Amino acid sequence: MNAIANWFDERTGYRKLVNDALYESIPGGSRWRYVWGSTLVFTFTVQVVTGIFLWMAYSPSSQTAWESVYYIQHEMQFGWLLRGIHHFTAQLMVVLLALHLMQVIIDGAYKAPREVNFWLGLILMQIVLGLSLTGYLLPWHQRGYWATQVATKLAGIIPEAGPAIQRLIVGGPEYGHHTLTRFFAMHAGLLPGLLIVFLVLHIYVFRRHGILAKDPQRAPDATFWPDQILKDAVACLGVLLVVLLLCFWNAPHSMSELRTLAEQDRLGDVLGAEMGAPADPADDYSAARPEWYFLFLFQFLKYFPGPMEFYGAVVIPGAVLGFMFLMPFIGRWKLGHFFNVAYVCILVAGVGLLTFLAIDEDRKNEQHVRAVADADAKADRIVELIRGQAGISAAGARELLRSDPKTHGPKVFAQQCAHCHRFDGHDGTETIPTSPATASDLNKFGTREWIRGFIENPAGPHYFGPTANASIKGEPVATRFTEGEMANWAKENVPKMQQQELDGVVEFLVAQGKRADIDPVNEELAAIGRNFFAKGSDNASACADCHHINVNGEALGEPGGDAPELTGYGSAEWLRDFVLHPGAENHYGQRNAMRPFAGQISDKDFNLVTNWLRHNWYEPKSQAKGQ
Amino acid sequence: MSGKAQRTAARPAAVAVDRSPDDAPQPTRRSFMERVLAILIGGFVTLFPFAAGLAVFADPLRKKASAKGSGRDEDGFLRISASLDSLQANQPERFVVIDDLFDAWNIFPDEPIGAVYLTKTGDTDVRALSATCPHAGCPVGFDREGNLFRCPCHDSSFQPDGEIANPKSPAPRGMDPLVVKIKNGTEIWVKFEKFRGGINDRIQEA
Repeated sequence: MNAIANWFDERTGYRKLVNDALYESIPGGSRWRYVWGSTLVFTFTVQVVTGIFLWMAYSPSSQTAWESVYYIQHEMQFGWLLRGIHHFTAQLMVVLLALHLMQVIIDGAYKAPREVNFWLGLILMQIVLGLSLTGYLLPWHQRGYWATQVATKLAGIIPEAGPAIQRLIVGGPEYGHHTLTRFFAMHAGLLPGLLIVFLVLHIYVFRRHGILAKDPQRAPDATFWPDQILKDAVACLGVLLVVLLLCFWNAPHSMSELRTLAEQDRLGDVLGAEMGAPADPADDYSAARPEWYFLFLFQFLKYFPGPMEFYGAVVIPGAVLGFMFLMPFIGRWKLGHFFNVAYVCILVAGVGLLTFLAIDEDRKNEQHVRAVADADAKADRIVELIRGQAGISAAGARELLRSDPKTHGPKVFAQQCAHCHRFDGHDGTETIPTSPATASDLNKFGTREWIRGFIENPAGPHYFGPTANASIKGEPVATRFTEGEMANWAKENVPKMQQQELDGVVEFLVAQGKRADIDPVNEELAAIGRNFFAKGSDNASACADCHHINVNGEALGEPGGDAPELTGYGSAEWLRDFVLHPGAENHYGQRNAMRPFAGQISDKDFNLVTNWLRHNWYEPKSQAKGQ
Repeated sequence: MSGKAQRTAARPAAVAVDRSPDDAPQPTRRSFMERVLAILIGGFVTLFPFAAGLAVFADPLRKKASAKGSGRDEDGFLRISASLDSLQANQPERFVVIDDLFDAWNIFPDEPIGAVYLTKTGDTDVRALSATCPHAGCPVGFDREGNLFRCPCHDSSFQPDGEIANPKSPAPRGMDPLVVKIKNGTEIWVKFEKFRGGINDRIQEA
């Protein structure tokens, strides 16, 4: 054995290399304060290892990036752990960098003869920040997508070369496949390669000058192995434990719940790193924020109005960092070191303050809080939808989410319907429009509750009431509906109806809508309602006196009357016809203030909003969620 | 600490770098424990990310060969786009098998997932053979003139009933037969399965 080792040593000189590496002298003995550099090397190693394994499952294109990360997070065994380690180690790396930098400056380790190593460290710091920035985009989720947009847009404001730089980074005029391939190549190839080169130089120069002992007389000299290595290993263990703690942060508190999730292969729902909804340029993401360690820059920018932005985004941060390259020279003067220490302390305090302000402003900003909640809901929803159809179609997860009435119906309602209508008092997205409603509130439209409410009080605030604010071609609608025929009929006849007759008419009309989310129709009751609809009673006049309806091939009432036809009332077909041609004779005719939507709304949007109003969307069968 | 003091403190360290294990102090009991702990803890933190990565890397081992698509009936049969009447007696004909295709996160509805040869052997009897060569998985063709199945890759040939024709064929077994079900008089349904190639036994892909 020894002979082989000797043979090998003669040819490679490995023993000297190992000895140099392990038996470096540490004047004054090993200390906990020397561990920061080692933890950074450790975190980088972790990133390389986990990154290469993630690489084996990641697919960089705008139709597969999110999907492949979804697959890692939710489908592959321990994928959530691998992704969680990579994600949270990246965050800790930034924290450790800050600690390492502060220690070097406070201990004066940046001064001669270590100037070059200090500069190498500053370069390494920028490479790590570059890795963070590029890595944040790769999952192609809403947060990363919109936050990175901001970063690349800022590159575009550099005078002269800005637009070209931006286009080169993005790989084209807009974000797409080549943004991902470029960012991925930078994140997994170029930047780690540069980092290794600079790290080797950094460690080489460090070894050349040795450790800067804080207090060489403190204890007998020691060697790197085993004293300092043990301390370094314990520190690295601490880092790893923090990472694992963060991975399990959202874990359910009961063991049995965790076991159930594990059995259902759903640990990825709650463990590991967050996974937002797929990036969608059409879905304005007002919760866009950079990762927390860039929040200070985000906040800083708020103080620079339009034309000054270049200074806030590029010049000042560049100058602040560039100045640090001069620290070794400033440190030569007696007061220079104190100046440097003060500089870095103020810098850290400033970054801390700006970060706090950014978080605090967001917390108080209702719109932001709502946007975050909406983003979280969509993130959960897309997982539900994918599980519902056992996979993602070739069009990708973005398309799947876009065609979901539950999440996208409200948006269409807000854009297309909420100028006049309301949904439970708001515009569908919980925002209350400033101008008053001019049409009915469509929450629960087509349900028993809604129809009953309408019949009992057509002029009520949820029904015809708001039409008093409307106008047709500049002419106020005024009391045309609130004191119209239907309102008068209700005032006069509803009190005279028997309970069963009223229930019956409600049931009869509910049956027309064929809503799938409500209790099945009581046929017996519906028959009573049908009878009243056609003939009324001794005390009350019939619906068919004004309304026409076709039921099972039989016509009740005369077509072409003043009141809207009720065949298929509330059904998808009825809604389509009504919304596209509200002024048709079978609806309200010329009296309807609603504008016709034929040619004004895409089929897709139309289906989204009607299916949303009718609660016609996919819901998973078992509601047993992990949270 | 002033700049001057810094430099003097740093110098001795630069000289003392080169030290061999022989010069090192005699290992004490404490130092031995330190070594063991350093190796154990250092080893653990280094190997942990590897373990997480390997667990994910090994994921394909626990996945089923392929999920079953929506085209299958309750017994796992797929309908082939041929009717009993359209087949000619004793004349193998190739048909594409259509089912949902699963590829990691993707689902592609109604895609070709393989091919079969159907041969009418009686009024209501159909023989189905997988078009995949049992040797190395190449697509087998049917040579009408020679009335033989021929594999284009390694010259295996099979008789119309699927048995090996040329004894020198590298194929270890005959073509893989598939179970056929006739529904509603003329519909042909096949239990489409894939088998491991290159071995004597016919073992379904897990």
